[in-house]
Amino acid sequence: MTVYLLCFILLLVGLYGIITKRDLIKIILSLGIMGYAANLMLILFGYKSGAIYPILEKGVTPEIMVDPLPQALVLTSIVIELGITAMLVALAVRLFEKYKTFDITKIRRLSG
Amino acid sequence: MILPFFIIIPLLTAFLITLISGKKDDWAIILSIIAALSLLVLSVFSFVTIGGNTVVYNMSAWKIPYTICLVLDALSSFMLLIVSIISLTSLMFSIKYIRHLSPSWKYYALFMFLVTGMNGVIVTGDLFNLYVFLEIALIAAYALVAYGSKAEEFEASFKYAVMGSISSILILVGIGIIYSTTSTLTLASIAKVLPERNPQVMYWVGGIFMAGFGLKAAVMPFHAWLPDAHSSAPAPISSMLSGVLIKTLGIYVLIRFFFNVLGAPDIFMTIFLVLGSISILVASFLAIGQWDLKRLLAYSSISQIGFILLGLGIATPLAIFGAVFHILNHAIFKSLLFYNAGTVEMAIGTRDLRKMGNLTKALPVASSTSMIATLSIAGMPPFNGFFSKLIIIIAAVQAVHPGYALIAVVGSLLTLVYFMKVQRYGFRGEELIEKPDVKVGLGMKASMIILATLCVVTSLLVIPGIREVTLESVVSVITGKTDYIFNVLGR
Amino acid sequence: MKQSSGMTLIVKTVTRVSVWLIILYGIYIILHGHLTPGGGFAGGVIIALAFLNLMLAYGRDFIKKWVNISFLHDIESSSAALFLAIGILGIAFSGYFLANFLSGYGTLYRLYSAGTIPILNIVIGAKVSMGLFVVVWALSIFHIDKGGK
Repeated sequence: MTVYLLCFILLLVGLYGIITKRDLIKIILSLGIMGYAANLMLILFGYKSGAIYPILEKGVTPEIMVDPLPQALVLTSIVIELGITAMLVALAVRLFEKYKTFDITKIRRLSG
Repeated sequence: MILPFFIIIPLLTAFLITLISGKKDDWAIILSIIAALSLLVLSVFSFVTIGGNTVVYNMSAWKIPYTICLVLDALSSFMLLIVSIISLTSLMFSIKYIRHLSPSWKYYALFMFLVTGMNGVIVTGDLFNLYVFLEIALIAAYALVAYGSKAEEFEASFKYAVMGSISSILILVGIGIIYSTTSTLTLASIAKVLPERNPQVMYWVGGIFMAGFGLKAAVMPFHAWLPDAHSSAPAPISSMLSGVLIKTLGIYVLIRFFFNVLGAPDIFMTIFLVLGSISILVASFLAIGQWDLKRLLAYSSISQIGFILLGLGIATPLAIFGAVFHILNHAIFKSLLFYNAGTVEMAIGTRDLRKMGNLTKALPVASSTSMIATLSIAGMPPFNGFFSKLIIIIAAVQAVHPGYALIAVVGSLLTLVYFMKVQRYGFRGEELIEKPDVKVGLGMKASMIILATLCVVTSLLVIPGIREVTLESVVSVITGKTDYIFNVLGR
Repeated sequence: MKQSSGMTLIVKTVTRVSVWLIILYGIYIILHGHLTPGGGFAGGVIIALAFLNLMLAYGRDFIKKWVNISFLHDIESSSAALFLAIGILGIAFSGYFLANFLSGYGTLYRLYSAGTIPILNIVIGAKVSMGLFVVVWALSIFHIDKGGK
């Protein structure tokens, strides 16, 4: 149970960063932390103590492996997060080009 | 057998566009129009033939617990039909509009990714696959919102991307919790196993998904990104986002999850009602104060989403019929209004209502179709919006929710108020505007006229004979609740 | 001292040798994707990192001169289209998208096995490596255009 709690705290750390930081890059990094917390949670759900890696080899039966599906899911979600992070970094660079700053309190041409 | 092609066609088109177009965008336009047309044909075919059946398609020839399955029933073919109609008209509108803005094949490739994501979300029967398609659609949407390369657009896109990612991570956590409880990701199996294993988890996951998908649907407490993103995007993209994206990623998934998987527990129906009423009232008041035309339309989207949620929350067959009908109607007239706004912005270079005037001479098609759309959205009798709102109100009264009926009435009156403002200042003001230099393209006119015609034609769907063969099967999928399990897995 | 882009001579020399090893390792990971941990994505990332290594050591101008970016683009999108084509071949052969229509060939636990999966791994590897490199390249292009002041 403790590991899940720690995982949840990591998620909250990411959320805290997104809410309180003013720097675009720090917001992107906080999103990364949040994403890792979610991924860690998925991996933990598939964990079985004492089990081995889920690769089919000679003389290995599926019973003694950890659950491979969360690992596949995490791989997919890492790819998605890579895409989103690249997108966000590109947006941040273009915003810097326009406003000459990364500070979100100075980037507010839109109101409401 | 046609099921995977709803995903393959737009995806292949997107990659072909990136492959074969050089500097010009001609090939991109031709390919994407062909793709949108074939999707329209496929979705009309599936909507006509599906009836009350459910088609299940197993990817990679594996059986259901081991594979990703695609599911097509009346609800999903109905949503596919809406996506196809709006994406085709939006592409027709884009040709001239994007050439005016900044021509590039990249726009069409991203557009096709957007369609891929939405079609994928609609046809998939697997929770994680739904998440993947949702992200495809969202990444394309972030990029398309920023397509015009203005400072405001990057800002809106960044805001949208950050909030969208937070909700996506919430959804991922929810998926993890579901998987740890049920050991399956197929929606039908989840629906079967979840109540047996641990009914308590239902509320946890329901809460998380309500926040996650509620943010995608821009329900009121989670709406902050929508007015920025939808008003900054290019007009055809605004119409895609407001018309179909918030419905497929938000409302459709909420329906699928809360009705078909969880079986519509009362507590979530109450939450639907409360969030819907808040959205209707607050967004309407916010919309009245706006002077930016597209921003006003964006706030109006939030309030109309509120009507849909209200209909779903009442959860009687009549109310759900109203909600489903309102999904179709809102997609049609909101897209049309965004096309009008885009035409005005392209022709006279402003979307501030105070700077517009009498546009009846300058932009005859846009101003006349905007009148039809206004009357539809405000709920005037011969048009489709009247019927869907009336049905929702009647259903609220029948289900002994007089308070919510009152809220719906007040909401539609407020809708009338802020759209009168649009007409009074924007399209039929005092100052007569001369004919602009920019010519409105044929595709733009055609897409506006098609949607304006649909505004009138779709009101025929309430006639009992037509209603039974079209929307009743969609409603029965939703009111059937967990019959979805048997339809997908078999008895 | 001559003005040249990139890092020092030491880094350049080491990179010249190590880049090939990194690419080789990436190819190994991709080809053994159906037997060992890794696969198309992981191997693709390794190959992309080899290219990035080259870019960091020699500078952007070197890449601009010697690597045809639009060709990389084409590889990327054609490999994605190829993935879909293999999926559609699955429909043609056994009626289901992405069906493993070659599964009867090869021996279990050997390199030559698992039907279409190694082919898909190669395609994904090409897509990921080129895609990731082009993404980072595009981000660095921004930096050239409007200096980071």
